[in-house]
Amino acid sequence: MTTDDARRPSFWRRFLGFAREIWGVMRRPSAIFSLGVLVLSGFVAGIIFWGGFNTALELTNTEAFCVSCHEMRDNVFQELKTTVHYTNRSGVRARCPDCHVPHNWTDKIARKMQASKEVWGKIFGTINTREKFLDHRLILAEHEWARMKANDSLECRNCHSAESMDITRQSPRAAEAHQRFLFTGEKTCIDCHKGIAHHLPDMSNVPGWQ
Amino acid sequence: MTSKLRLTIAAALMAAFSTVALAQSFSALRGSTPLNEETTPPPLTPEMNTSVREPRSYPEQPPVIPHSIEGYEVSRRANKCLSCHARTRIQESQAPMISVTHFFDRDGQTLASVSPRRYFCTECHVPQHNVRPPVENDFVDIDTLLKVKGPDSGARR
Repeated sequence: MTTDDARRPSFWRRFLGFAREIWGVMRRPSAIFSLGVLVLSGFVAGIIFWGGFNTALELTNTEAFCVSCHEMRDNVFQELKTTVHYTNRSGVRARCPDCHVPHNWTDKIARKMQASKEVWGKIFGTINTREKFLDHRLILAEHEWARMKANDSLECRNCHSAESMDITRQSPRAAEAHQRFLFTGEKTCIDCHKGIAHHLPDMSNVPGWQ
Repeated sequence: MTSKLRLTIAAALMAAFSTVALAQSFSALRGSTPLNEETTPPPLTPEMNTSVREPRSYPEQPPVIPHSIEGYEVSRRANKCLSCHARTRIQESQAPMISVTHFFDRDGQTLASVSPRRYFCTECHVPQHNVRPPVENDFVDIDTLLKVKGPDSGARR
């Protein structure tokens, strides 16, 4: 037994040898498969991998996925249910990712990479009780306000565009505010419309609030 | 024995009469539907959203809200009303400022901002709906009252 172990090369030497072998196979032309088979199988494998990746990505972009965690289901989702973005006269519903994930692909991937922090929070239970959630609420809300301020309320504008807004159908108060601040570009949606889908955090130090 | 019996009868009679009286006097809002049946509630009407100030029936009346406040949060953490009606916000919003009486605490001391006892706006100020009131209101304001000619009004003027 001991003599066998002594003669056997170390793990790293064996690993290096295996890697060299693979590299040799990879850089030599195939002796068995034709180029057509290789190209076609690569194409099919590409479709399967890419399709699988996108399907998995879209799966994480559903309301069902968001509320599968009790942090979302018991706090923010319950609050959303009482608002006009959940039920209204025309039956259009804005779901979690409609407002919280950009629709554009590159922005979506960037946001999904950011969301790895949220997985960290889930594993270590950063907001796993109601009290912890309330303690973090201002920080969480500020992240979303900053994101929407930076992208000019892009997620709002996926549905509500200033161009298709008929201010004659709005109340005098809304029409005046939109003309003064939205159409001039002085403010963006989130500057005034905070807390429209969820309850607000402590607003005492937020500019524009008391 | 007889006094005890008399007392019992009196109590029973009073109980019977008072139930009848209660049933009659508290039926105003739910109509004639019996208590063990559910009433059909009147249809909801939208909040009036004209942004035009409504008249006040008497000087101390809290002004009513002439716009919709649907979804406005007024809680310990945030007050949506004050994001327009606070002293520091009216320049941007052009909304009327909350009256200076809202800055007084109960000892008459003027505070820097809204007194906690005046913080929850909808305790006094309410939006309006176009509905027929279920109970008739015969309130007469002071100006109308002064114009009513009494029997000796000619002699006084």
